[in-house]
Amino acid sequence: MASLDRTARAFLLTELVSGFALTLKYMFKPKVTVNYPHEKGPLSPRFRGEHALRRYPNGEERCIACKLCEAICPAQAITIEAEPRDDGSRRTTRYDIDMTKCIYCGFCQEACPVDAIVEGPNFEFSTETREELMYNKDKLLANGDRWESLIAANLQADAAYR
Amino acid sequence: MSADLIHFFTTNWLGQAIVIVAQCLAVTVPLLVAVAYMTYVDRKVWASIQLRRGPNVVGPFGLLQPFADGLKLVLKETIIPSSANGVLFIIAPMITFMTALVAWAVVPFDNGWVIADINVGILYLFAISSLGVYGIIIAGWASNSKYAFLGALRSAAQMVSYEVSIGFVLITVLLCVGSLNLSDVVLAQSGGFWHWFFLPLLPMFVIFFVSSLAETNRTPFDLPMSEAELVAGFHTEYSAMTFGLFFLGEYANMILLSAMGAILFLGGWMSPIPYAPFTYVPGVVWFALKIAFLLFVFSWTKGTLPRYRYDQLMRLGWKVFLPVSLGWVVLTAAVLQFSGWVPKP
Repeated sequence: MASLDRTARAFLLTELVSGFALTLKYMFKPKVTVNYPHEKGPLSPRFRGEHALRRYPNGEERCIACKLCEAICPAQAITIEAEPRDDGSRRTTRYDIDMTKCIYCGFCQEACPVDAIVEGPNFEFSTETREELMYNKDKLLANGDRWESLIAANLQADAAYR
Repeated sequence: MSADLIHFFTTNWLGQAIVIVAQCLAVTVPLLVAVAYMTYVDRKVWASIQLRRGPNVVGPFGLLQPFADGLKLVLKETIIPSSANGVLFIIAPMITFMTALVAWAVVPFDNGWVIADINVGILYLFAISSLGVYGIIIAGWASNSKYAFLGALRSAAQMVSYEVSIGFVLITVLLCVGSLNLSDVVLAQSGGFWHWFFLPLLPMFVIFFVSSLAETNRTPFDLPMSEAELVAGFHTEYSAMTFGLFFLGEYANMILLSAMGAILFLGGWMSPIPYAPFTYVPGVVWFALKIAFLLFVFSWTKGTLPRYRYDQLMRLGWKVFLPVSLGWVVLTAAVLQFSGWVPKP
């Protein structure tokens, strides 16, 4: 009887029919594609994207040239040079990040005692030349000015979990 | 004046040549557009099954995508491998493409709408579709590449195996029609979809469809170009428009076999319900709709089934389809003989 049942199923192609029914059902389900350049998926506040150097609300740059980020960077992508400024405060004269070396681990922002270097929410910073990915202090500060509102909001949203 | 024109086009050699060229263009141009949009429909159907969107950037709904792809193929460089046999390497895609096109000469699009209304139409189609395998074998051999060669061998063996059962399917239909003329095959099915051959010959229709999948090297029988093992099978070494011709030929073959399926089993240009208003729709439209339905099932199959292993493919062809189709030929012949339904010539 079992063999008869099996033979009947084989000849009536029941498994094929159920498989085809399944794919037909899926054909009318809503698509999961995100139309990327036009639509974007959600980002976590912890998202580690392009780096930025932040400023205090009065415009003073936060970085105090402690070089903790340079020390912890596992890819050794950060280069810092520093000397006292005319008013006596210690500031960087050079703050470079080689974005081609960076592995986006986020250790630099974890190490920073003053929340100066952060990885912002921007991930669309591809360039046409390699040289453009050698970020200097001006570029990083400009990033900070550009993304400050989002960065601040993300830091605040994440603060409760730290 | 009009009598003069009729005289010119029916008797003058130049007039007749113009008519023939116009007829060929009237078939070929819509066919190539259909091929282009078949690639688009394929990609959209697979995308839908996988919950994706498919091409939707080039033009509205991505409708210009096939032309962008075609333009890319035309503009790229044709590379002929240094160890290849140059002449055969170039000829092979032409053979595949041409055999896919010339078969359309005998396909009736509507009552009397056929370029060559020959009385051995089915045999012609069968012969031409077998010739197509030459293009593939030559391509595999001339490429001088192990992947291309293996792909060509597989393709040849597969096409030969499944043509046997297609042959028996054709014989069954011939028994019921009593003619090899494709227009007669369609006319024998006149009078609504319950008169179409797919109902009494349902197992044969299934075998025909599955064999046409194998014949066109489509999933689940796309072993000749199984990318996991053979890179791209027989067209591994082809690039640009030589590859494009293979691609066009393959899709034209798919449309051809769908047209054969529509003619043999789905009543060709006949309306499914033989009453007004369905009979007001031109036969060409019904024919196109039937072809489109079968082509959709082709894409649907590709979205559903995994690839057969080679021994499974051969087992299905020789141990399942051959006995079943042979048995059905005998059964049909017996039923026709003893019930006195044998068609009168």
